Amino acid sequence: MTQPKLALEAINISKHFADFCALNKVNLKLRHKSFHALLGENGAGKSTLVKCIMGYYHPDEGEILFDEKQRSITNPHHAHVLGLGMVYQHFTLIPNMTVAENLVLARPQLPAVINWREELGVLQSKMAGMPFQVDLNASINSLSAGEKQKVEIIKQLLLDIKVLILDEPTSVLTPNEADEVLTKIKNMTQSQDLSVIIITHKFREVMNFADDVTVLRKGQLVGTAKVDNVSAEQLANMMIGQEMNTQPLERTKSADTTTVLDIETLNVDDDTGLPAVNDLSLQVQSGEIVGIAGVSGNGQKELVQVLAGQRRLISGVIKVHDEPYYAKRQQMRAHKFHCLPEEPLRNACVPNMSVADNLAFRRFDRPPLAYKNWILNRGAITSAARELISRFSIRTWGPENPVGNLSGGNIQRTVLARELSEEVNVLVVVNPCFGLDFNAVADIREQIMQARNRGTAVLLVSEDLDEILELSDRFLVISEGKLVYETTPQRADLTKVGQHMAGH
Amino acid sequence: MIRIFESLFVPIAALLISLLLFAVFVSIAGVNPLEVFYSIYRGAFGSWFSWQNTLVRAAPLMLTALCTALAARIGLIVIGNEGAMVVGGLCAALVGIVLNGLAPFFVITSMVVAGIISGGLWIGIVGALKYYRGVNETISSLLLNYIAIAVLNFLVVGPLRDPATLNKPSSYPIGEANMLGMIGDSSIHWGLIFGLMTCLLMWFLMKRTVFGFSVDITGGNVRAAQISGLPVGRLILTTCFLGGAAAGLAGMLEIAAVQGRANTSLNAGYGYAGILVAFLARHNPLAIIPVAILLGGIRASSGLLQRSHELPDATALVLQGIIFVVILASEAFYGRIKWFKTKEATT
Repeated sequence: MTQPKLALEAINISKHFADFCALNKVNLKLRHKSFHALLGENGAGKSTLVKCIMGYYHPDEGEILFDEKQRSITNPHHAHVLGLGMVYQHFTLIPNMTVAENLVLARPQLPAVINWREELGVLQSKMAGMPFQVDLNASINSLSAGEKQKVEIIKQLLLDIKVLILDEPTSVLTPNEADEVLTKIKNMTQSQDLSVIIITHKFREVMNFADDVTVLRKGQLVGTAKVDNVSAEQLANMMIGQEMNTQPLERTKSADTTTVLDIETLNVDDDTGLPAVNDLSLQVQSGEIVGIAGVSGNGQKELVQVLAGQRRLISGVIKVHDEPYYAKRQQMRAHKFHCLPEEPLRNACVPNMSVADNLAFRRFDRPPLAYKNWILNRGAITSAARELISRFSIRTWGPENPVGNLSGGNIQRTVLARELSEEVNVLVVVNPCFGLDFNAVADIREQIMQARNRGTAVLLVSEDLDEILELSDRFLVISEGKLVYETTPQRADLTKVGQHMAGH
Repeated sequence: MIRIFESLFVPIAALLISLLLFAVFVSIAGVNPLEVFYSIYRGAFGSWFSWQNTLVRAAPLMLTALCTALAARIGLIVIGNEGAMVVGGLCAALVGIVLNGLAPFFVITSMVVAGIISGGLWIGIVGALKYYRGVNETISSLLLNYIAIAVLNFLVVGPLRDPATLNKPSSYPIGEANMLGMIGDSSIHWGLIFGLMTCLLMWFLMKRTVFGFSVDITGGNVRAAQISGLPVGRLILTTCFLGGAAAGLAGMLEIAAVQGRANTSLNAGYGYAGILVAFLARHNPLAIIPVAILLGGIRASSGLLQRSHELPDATALVLQGIIFVVILASEAFYGRIKWFKTKEATT
């Protein structure tokens, strides 16, 4: 046996998006014929790293070695030619075509006229060597998620690749399907000339299938290890990190603690009609921040959309101060119920309307911004906006600037200014600092904490566990639409939290 | 300020390009384009006589344009102007025929109400299908046009037909007493005043009221409207009703001021031309007024083109079609022209 070869090596990869650092000098070594897990929370930089490898992004620095030779991979097509293939988190199949048609379409060079009989023959003979069998004539529409995932993988394998990258391949699969797919792929790394990188945040998959694991956290490399030499607890600690907030924000104890927001046995479906939130019950008291931690896609989005009036609930009751609450304008106003959703430009702003207009969404239909509740007072809207722009230090060349022209942090400040400029009883906040630079993060967290200290009941839904630990008074872990674990930041056992987040 | 320059520059550039293409077209037809342009100018705006022709044609265009423009403000591309105009005119004619003989003021008012409500409900169907069932509003409004025209043809050839009308089957007349007259001693009927007033009113409603602001939020981003607790369904239905009502009023005016009875002149293309006016005006009710006059002028000049250059009657429609296609293509240029970007990039 010679020294184990490296199939792929990424050295000192860094990538910035504007002033946000997504990757900082990350290394990755993929041994030849190994199954390598890339582990990390949302936003840890896993996808960015593989996209740099695949040529979707061009890293700011660092180099990529393929087959121990340096390569500058300029685009995904180039990566395919070299023998790198990637299966994406979301399906890229064409739903109303057959499996065979999808497989043939994936080939880089197609003749102008396709001889389908010949192609089918070739496919059939090649399918014999594949780890899974799929009916070539079935329409993609008729396949289950697991079968589609298999087609995606076969599609890559047919291109004679040497390195296969799987981006969270099991997020759409049932546990049984996931086990089947991963077992087959694992076997292929042993029997054929194939090396695999799998992006995941599930420990179970890492422990059961991977040979090596690389853990990323906030764009930094935490460590690389052989799976045989680490425990799930060690991985949890590596993934989530131990560092606690150094400068705690000032927290005042509020005198009275009445239950403000009361959610009882809420059930919500997702876009496809499948249950997303199951019998969820939750109370938030005045002057309290309740965090909801979890990996994205476990029902957080649907829960928040119901609270924000963007989705209908299936069953359950939402109460504010013991009165039933529906997300309509009068009720929002009566209960002072405000919301700071994720992706504020997409969820809470009209990009081509001005900053002033966007700041007025809560108040435009009442004096002083309107005469007699139906004629706009443009002057008042502009002067109210000027006041908020300076109070919340929103950087814009003027109130007439379309809000879509602002930077992410300033859009978030704009929505924050609108939602927090008056007295608020209930505030729902989702991933408020996602993708923002350091200063904006500190500023926005400070604002949320001040609202809590004024007596607002805050529900903080975040995929960033550090944020939950820093801000919340107590927090719950959501997994598959259910609240599965409750603790406080002081008493939190991070290993347990991590395991519950991973559905372990 | 920069956005105002842009929203003037793009449509004007598009207009100039359309004129260039049209010049190529008439050159191929063997006519000197400069002479054609001069004739269009003379036929549209050259004399008081041509101005009157132009304004008569501009009046229904202002109203049908509002149908597309208002719906566009709430984010829907509605092209049911022709159908709403036909339905409005037909219902107004029915009311006029039935009430013929009563006090003219009462009859005319009833006809106005009938045109507004029927046209409004017609496009209201489009809004309801979109909001409750997710039906594409462009397709449903287009198909409703065919239904409206078919119903009109059925009625004027069948049950409503006045046996006295031979060449052009028409309904019974609404009565000379119930006709809207002309403004002063001109040949411009009162429909122009209706058109101007409605555009002004809708401009005020859309730009200066709480309702218009809510419509802009909903049209700009439904999720932002929902998170602000706005009644999205009610806003969509109301806005569609208002748009349809304007087109229905155009139909009523065509009956009460021009035809005196319902016939196929109701679907002479004012509805479809209204779509063009709305897009040229960037869905701003105030800008619709000059654009409608411009388009009315092009339509008014078609007779002169025929007489002085022996060009076919449809030549003006070719120009109108070229403008439409170029304007739609020019929509892609908003926000992409470098001159208008420099200042905004500094934030």
